[in-house]
Amino acid sequence: MNSGSCNGCDIEIVAALSPRYDAEQLGVRLEGSPRHADILCVTGPVTQKAVRAVKTVYDQVLGPKAVVAIGSCPATTNVFIDSRTLDGPLDRHLPVDVFVPGCPPRPDAIIQGVAKAAEILAERGLERAADPSTRLRSGLAQDDRDAANEASAGVQP
Amino acid sequence: MTLLTALARLLIFPGLLFAVPAAWFFLWLERKSVALMQERVGPPFMQPFYDFVKLLGKSTPPRSGVGGLLMRAWPLIAVSAAAGAVGLLPVLPSSGGFEGDLILLLALLELPSVCIIAAGFSSRSIFGEIGSAREAALSVSYNIVFLLAIVSIAASQHTFRLEALAALPSSPLLWLGVLAILVCLPAKLHINPFSLPNAEQEIYSGPLTEYAGPELAMWELSHGLEWVACTGLVATLIAPHIALAWGTSLLAGCIFVVLSVAVVLLLSVLAAATARLAIDSSVRFYWQCTLIFAVLAISSALFMRFRS
Repeated sequence: MNSGSCNGCDIEIVAALSPRYDAEQLGVRLEGSPRHADILCVTGPVTQKAVRAVKTVYDQVLGPKAVVAIGSCPATTNVFIDSRTLDGPLDRHLPVDVFVPGCPPRPDAIIQGVAKAAEILAERGLERAADPSTRLRSGLAQDDRDAANEASAGVQP
Repeated sequence: MTLLTALARLLIFPGLLFAVPAAWFFLWLERKSVALMQERVGPPFMQPFYDFVKLLGKSTPPRSGVGGLLMRAWPLIAVSAAAGAVGLLPVLPSSGGFEGDLILLLALLELPSVCIIAAGFSSRSIFGEIGSAREAALSVSYNIVFLLAIVSIAASQHTFRLEALAALPSSPLLWLGVLAILVCLPAKLHINPFSLPNAEQEIYSGPLTEYAGPELAMWELSHGLEWVACTGLVATLIAPHIALAWGTSLLAGCIFVVLSVAVVLLLSVLAAATARLAIDSSVRFYWQCTLIFAVLAISSALFMRFRS
């Protein structure tokens, strides 16, 4: 999801899906609908206009879920720091699981970040399966956000 | 057909016990072969199974009212219809059947597509509605050819019994009919060049945009079962005159699987080699180009019947 990025990271995400890097060999697939997705990749420094959209899309992804911040912008707001049109960085609004720094990051770093997020997601799914009370709660559960805050992890490409 | 053989066919072979793993295998085979043709590595062997288990463990969005109830019901109806269609296929020689089971098979094959159209409209998502409208337009187009092809094969034999059709000797009419069915399969299975209804990156996932978790898992499963049923239909039409010569059930089963895999590979090559057509081109393709084949097939079938 683009939260006001310059499109550089988005192009690198597309490159990660291309035959040269082939994210599908790990079983990763690009899903258009947030309802079908497990891992939300966010690019851009989060502009004021984009905050609501970012939160809506995050809520539309159903738990268990993970968030990957692609590039330096969502991590630190990068060169746009102190801009009055920004409301970033991303972790002010969403629990970010994996940061993939770079301006833009290389496609293999993006794939590594998504793979790391998939590991976190698998742990979270197992925790959830072990705890019967969470299975009964559907949709937009707060416990996912709490779990995500605890399980934050970084990836250095 | 006794109750026992009917249950065995529905639950064991070629029904659920065979069809569900086969559905995952065919979904993997399609993704893998497309990936190989694009010089990629492609997904791991167990990926469709992992995806299914993962989706079962996810939560579903809260739904309320009659619309919500319908949205939960559509994928279940689609799965049961597709599983029933697979169970009806006359794979094993002398496995039973009844007069008119061809009509039931055609109805069951059509039901998942009707469910998808209804699901898109009941989700009330704009992408779902566009996808459903496209699916409806496409379904009206390819079904004419699909039904005419099958009816022409049936009319030449004066029967609607699947077993009789499966035992047909090879003839130009049969091959013409099989060709017409093959032309319809990409549209029926939503793969390129007729992947309009679920055109990813264009209208997200079309009718299934609002589905998630276990409901989406059921849609995936029904899609896989449709693969098994559609390729299996072609396999049973072209297989038996080889199989019956030796006669054993095991061999008939093996030939069925091999032919189904061959049809899957053929469709994957087509999917990898083509780009998505716009809706007007797709509809025009079926109404202008392939309808001639179907009309030719049915007229020759009627001609053969009057002559005999």
